[in-house]
Amino acid sequence: MIQSQISKAAEATPEPVARRIRGLSDRSIAWIFVAPTIFLLLAVNIYPLLRTIWLSFTNYRVNRPNNDVDWVGLRNYERILSDPDIWNTMQATAHFLFWTILIQVLIGFTLAYLINKKFKGNNLWTTIIVLPMMLSPAVVGNFWTFLYQPQIGLFNYAVGFLTGTDPASFSMIGDVNLAPWAIVIADTWMWTPFVMLICLAGLRSIPESLYEAAECDRASHWRQFWTITVPMVLPFLMLAVLFRGIENFKMFDLVVQLTGGGPGSVTELTSINLKREAFEKWRTGYSSAYAVILFVTVFGLASIYVKALNKVKQR
Amino acid sequence: MNAFIRGLLDIRRGPWEMVASVLIGVGVLMLMQPFWMTLYTYSFIVILVGTVMFLTVSHFPE
Repeated sequence: MIQSQISKAAEATPEPVARRIRGLSDRSIAWIFVAPTIFLLLAVNIYPLLRTIWLSFTNYRVNRPNNDVDWVGLRNYERILSDPDIWNTMQATAHFLFWTILIQVLIGFTLAYLINKKFKGNNLWTTIIVLPMMLSPAVVGNFWTFLYQPQIGLFNYAVGFLTGTDPASFSMIGDVNLAPWAIVIADTWMWTPFVMLICLAGLRSIPESLYEAAECDRASHWRQFWTITVPMVLPFLMLAVLFRGIENFKMFDLVVQLTGGGPGSVTELTSINLKREAFEKWRTGYSSAYAVILFVTVFGLASIYVKALNKVKQR
Repeated sequence: MNAFIRGLLDIRRGPWEMVASVLIGVGVLMLMQPFWMTLYTYSFIVILVGTVMFLTVSHFPE
């Protein structure tokens, strides 16, 4: 049936076209298949990157397209790297990155370790734990603002219930000391299941025979944990840290919905600050330089991280 | 230590990648530390040198 359809299609192909296809080498056919992808990559990734680098050396403003574009050299970079406000956003991002990754890895690994134990309702618990990850960050940001309400928020009520303080006496998103922790808690709630899933995949890939051999050698559970479980899960953990690190470095939607960068600018992460420079102040050249700095930083970190990951995998 | 220096002189990938990685790490710490503005100012050039070095030396022989 299929053979006859192929024959029919071959007969229907006009002779000049058929001759041209017959004359193509394997290499040419491979290029025909790969060319659309390369074209898309060039159009969507490479060209915008090169254009951004070029714009970062100019005073271009996208809201004034008729103005002359002057070459300003390294002035945009100099201004960014001597601006105390941008330095503050870098520190806010560092705080957010460090604590979210640390807490998510600790809780995610613990949850994965517990879920990996065989018990009744194991799959149901996995599904329940994974639910936050399936929500939109904008939705999560929105409903955490309700949870953090001093008067009616469940979070404040729970803290008040556990510590005995008045729930209305503190505001997680209105206090300059608490707001950085408010975004850490919301992000941890949303993305810990992701780290847990990756750790669970690592734990399930450990052959049972390793534990049996350790049992024969009378190794304690503590020793088995440190000499079998942790080294075998380490590549997976590093992968989770890489993914979360890159994602949180460009975190935008959740934090914008939750705090909008405030109070003041204590939760203004680099991506939020960059968006303000680019699309509220319309300083396109300046914000291009800012984007290039962030790009080089993430690219450099990702390079050494991938190298470390390969080393761990080879062990 | 000697092997590391010999690796650098013989243009081997391992030690040079180590140098580039340290530069990137130090640059990121300089970028995000809250203590000294001068360190922040020079952080990007350190990261950039480290990243370009990393891309270059990853083509060196093992």
